[in-house]
Amino acid sequence: MKARVIVTLKNGVLDPQGKAIEGALGGLGFDGVGAVRQGKVFDVELDGSDATAAKARLEQMCEKLLANTVIENYAIEIG
Amino acid sequence: MKTAVIVFPGSNRDRDMFHALELITGSRPQSVWHGEATLPDVDLVVVPGGFSYGDYLRSGAIAARSPILKDLVAKAGQGVTVLGVCNGFQILTEAGLLPGALMRNAGLTFVCKEILLETVTDATRFSRSFKKGQVWRCPVAHHDGNYFADADTLQALEDNGQVVFRYANGTNPNGSVNDIAGIMNAGGNVLGMMPHPENLVEPLNGGTDGRLLFESLVAAA
Repeated sequence: MKARVIVTLKNGVLDPQGKAIEGALGGLGFDGVGAVRQGKVFDVELDGSDATAAKARLEQMCEKLLANTVIENYAIEIG
Repeated sequence: MKTAVIVFPGSNRDRDMFHALELITGSRPQSVWHGEATLPDVDLVVVPGGFSYGDYLRSGAIAARSPILKDLVAKAGQGVTVLGVCNGFQILTEAGLLPGALMRNAGLTFVCKEILLETVTDATRFSRSFKKGQVWRCPVAHHDGNYFADADTLQALEDNGQVVFRYANGTNPNGSVNDIAGIMNAGGNVLGMMPHPENLVEPLNGGTDGRLLFESLVAAA
């Protein structure tokens, strides 16, 4: 089973890298670009076919390692 | 005073810390590899600077899940003194021993220079040899030193006197909220700081301002 975990900064947490990317896009002539926020994507391969169990395990992985929940949110996509 | 320094793959300020500790405590610290299960019986455990695990995932994130950290968390809970410097501070926040997080510097660049610190309180085992409000020189060298905590956590840190060191006189090099350079836990036995006091301990370093932190710990032991 394949899963994707998306980790993003929480609202209100300053993202200087996103700001720099936003500025660079403007510099390239892309008008109309609002705020840019940078995040991370993890593609995880898991044994088994129980999507509910997989999601529960991935949530634990996010809480324990993949995300720092002081500053980050996570979302899990299965399949 | 008996001390130990935890060494991770990618630690690079461990030798600086060994030298400073030996110079000031008069005895050689023990080196503890991150894969070991238990820490020796010491008065002070130091988590040194560097780039443990290449800063993969987040600075300090992998090191905070290494075997020795379980015992460090247990020992900290028993009141053993723990000092984390630079990457060590990042590891202590990732391990949950200190609140908040260290994010990418606001200016996005690695900063390697000397800044000024204010000792906010002298009522801690880490700062008792300073005078309250004392401003002192200290080097910094980091890419992820931008301290962040949510508003409630910050308020609690300030109200409880847990902010021990602040960047002084406009020298905040990384955008840290409230100019925070070093904080301790509510129990007062775990301190994390981004600047490197171990790099300013003898005249050959260009100054000895950093000694006071280690002398505080010796006096408290």
